[in-house]
Amino acid sequence: MEDTDLIILWGSNARETHPIFFHHLLKGVRKGAKLFVVDPRRTSSARWADVWLGLDVGSDIALANAVGREIIDAGLQNRTFIERATTGFDEYRKAVEPYTLQHAEKITGVPAEVIRNLAHSYARAGRAQLCWTLGITEHHNAVDNVLALINLALLTGHVGRYGSGLNPLRGQNNVQGGGDMGAIPDRLPGFQHVENDTLRAKFEQAWGVKIPAKRGWHLSAMFDAMEEGKLRGLYVIGENPLHSEADQGRCERLLKGLEFLLVQDILFSATAQLAHVVLPAAAGWCESEGTVTSSERRVQRVRKAMDPPEGAWDDMAILCNLARRLGHDWGCPSAKEVWNEVRRLSPMNAGMSYERLESLGGIQWPCYDETHPGELFLHGRLWQDPIVGPPAKFSAVEFEPPVDRLDKDFPLRLTTGRRLESFNTGVQTSRYRSPLRQPEMLDLSPEDGERYGVAEGERVLVSSRRGSAVAPVRFDESLRPGLAFLSVHFPDEVATNVLTIDATDPKSGTAEFKATAIRVEKICSPAGA
Amino acid sequence: MDGEKEKVPAQVRTVNPLVPVPRGPIPTVPPESTRRTVRVTIDGREISVPEGTTLLEATRKAGKDTPTLCYLESLTPVNVCRICVVELEGSRALVPACSRKAEDGMVIRTDSERVRLSRRLILEFLASSVDVSTSPQIRSYLERYDAQPQRFGVPQSASEGRDAAHAGVHVVTDGSRAAAVAQPTKVDNELYVRDYGKCILCYKCVEACGVDAQNTFAIAVAGRGFDARISTEFAVPLPDSACVYCGNCIGVCPTGALMFVSEHNMRKAGTWDESRQSSTDTICPYCGVGCTLTLRVQDEKIVRVESPIENGVTHGNLCVKGRFGWQFVQIQDKNHNGSDAG
Repeated sequence: MEDTDLIILWGSNARETHPIFFHHLLKGVRKGAKLFVVDPRRTSSARWADVWLGLDVGSDIALANAVGREIIDAGLQNRTFIERATTGFDEYRKAVEPYTLQHAEKITGVPAEVIRNLAHSYARAGRAQLCWTLGITEHHNAVDNVLALINLALLTGHVGRYGSGLNPLRGQNNVQGGGDMGAIPDRLPGFQHVENDTLRAKFEQAWGVKIPAKRGWHLSAMFDAMEEGKLRGLYVIGENPLHSEADQGRCERLLKGLEFLLVQDILFSATAQLAHVVLPAAAGWCESEGTVTSSERRVQRVRKAMDPPEGAWDDMAILCNLARRLGHDWGCPSAKEVWNEVRRLSPMNAGMSYERLESLGGIQWPCYDETHPGELFLHGRLWQDPIVGPPAKFSAVEFEPPVDRLDKDFPLRLTTGRRLESFNTGVQTSRYRSPLRQPEMLDLSPEDGERYGVAEGERVLVSSRRGSAVAPVRFDESLRPGLAFLSVHFPDEVATNVLTIDATDPKSGTAEFKATAIRVEKICSPAGA
Repeated sequence: MDGEKEKVPAQVRTVNPLVPVPRGPIPTVPPESTRRTVRVTIDGREISVPEGTTLLEATRKAGKDTPTLCYLESLTPVNVCRICVVELEGSRALVPACSRKAEDGMVIRTDSERVRLSRRLILEFLASSVDVSTSPQIRSYLERYDAQPQRFGVPQSASEGRDAAHAGVHVVTDGSRAAAVAQPTKVDNELYVRDYGKCILCYKCVEACGVDAQNTFAIAVAGRGFDARISTEFAVPLPDSACVYCGNCIGVCPTGALMFVSEHNMRKAGTWDESRQSSTDTICPYCGVGCTLTLRVQDEKIVRVESPIENGVTHGNLCVKGRFGWQFVQIQDKNHNGSDAG
């Protein structure tokens, strides 16, 4: 990031959500890298940009396809890389053909000349980084959004080289590690596919049990299964779905309809309050031992700094005890023993002994053996001659507007995100006092404030097709007319997820938190003031 | 149009998710162009170092413990404290080791009488005008250089007026007491205090708040000469300034002028006890950047959070959540009903 020539931050306000990553980004900028920020809001990250592309919420694919088309049209694509290391270019070229600069300007609201600037700068840069966050993935077409960005990297060859790559910024300290360890429906630890018979057999032999040969459900599919009565019991570890899921009304109804809800958490969260049984747990990052994986695939040690409160157990101790009572004696292994089992079964973690993790301060996977240094970036294989493994595939994707359409009843686009000092549903951050924190407010552009005749601080009724919430108004000049913003940090002040839509991406299961159609109404009764 | 026919690579045509992708080459960082080396003589011993090395790095390589106050590996040298000065043969003045680059043939003395005298004077001026009670580093230097700050008299008592001082309007003491920067501690927010009676104006906080790390620019040096002080714009309280409470200024402060409220309160109450404290490195519980947190724990409670300066992810820096957002593990209220959170 520090040794690159151009950085695109797409659907990410890293200045507030990944502040220390942004330090590295700024070092790159100070060394001369150009920064492009693509975001509907002119965020505090966008204020550092050479160019800000304030597109309409959910029009990312139209923008990306237009950038791709312009690169091809100007003959700036990396022909050698495309020919040697990719497939599907012809289909891609046909698919982006209709996305002229003018057409994209109409869809996205970004002037054609600015889109052209991005296309030419990205294609001409010696090294370029393309980073994104939930502005790309919290949409009903999340996977297509990501594919549209990957296409751009394949088109220009900005992948698999030092200083050039694709960087999805992970939002939580171990969301990467969860995936690494197989906490996704179709994978076993080390991203080994559960439907691959040989790989599954390896785990079955190690564990002495049969593993279902078919993939499971992701989170959104679980809620659908609850709706259909197929899922009747739920074990929730360290998550607060009641407040974090889109369409809170539906989520609450489904959780309450469960025959059995077990919550294991360090705090008595809103979801825990609905549970039949609550198991108090130790805090994973400071009251127990283990590892987490960061956004850059770096596996690092977490260590116990203090004892958990009386009665709270380490997650692993809870799981092992539960297993024993269910008839499986797993003993009481230490975190290191469990990790060594991971190393035996997951080739990409094999070389990461606790000793090496200590002495190297973390290792980036893959790390196949104890002489392997870990890998700074992925996909270098695409630059080998001949390339190693299968070529990378272009994916033709089409723009589709957000599911929650704007109309005369719901004319405003609400988008959501984090604020610097807070985190998710506030389970953790609401417990420290910060001078930065303000009561949660609906951010509106000053123009919309005038149009609806509301004053700053005035409490208004915010409604979507699913529910209503009351929130005070704040004018925010980073918003264009027609765009509103709320965080999800203070569900007890403003229940943002009462409004959001649970239209989910069929491939990733992520809900479209970023695009809700709302209306804002004055509250006339003095009781609302 | 591309004009070229797409060739079919010899390998499989499409990615099959069931099959693991084969291993590629191990990526490497492109080598920096090899630097020439230069030879310098340090206290009579010749060593060679790469061109561009500072004299400080060279003296450390030669095993000399050159003292520093305003220097930090992660910050741009500002040359203000002058404690690192060394004698350079052929140079009229002593030179600051932290920023002077080694040149071929330089002859350096790190511990000559002239160097020791200069360092002693600097330490005496600092310790006679600033409260160095919470800076173990300065106290050890005072001892090493046999500094006698008390010879300038008892330091003046705290003055309220430093924030309003103007250049050229400076009241000189009658000489019976040492001029001092003593002033009341600023406690204007819930997270950290600023006790500028302990400030030696090393500029580290300004640098960390500025281009070297945080790029927030909430503080700068105001005033000139003895009136110089670290200040927000127009000396407004922190909550009215641009401050984002990353606390990176606390992380670099060498004197304890900037301090966690938790530490400040414990010191005031006399309960701060470093012999009962442990330090544990772990990973921040918030976003996915993976910042290392060093948790200072006393009596099963976190009392201070830092990050190692040599850590490649943080370079010692954190954000407001990592540095201050840990109260949620210290709530002892078993009946907490979750009304303020989800």
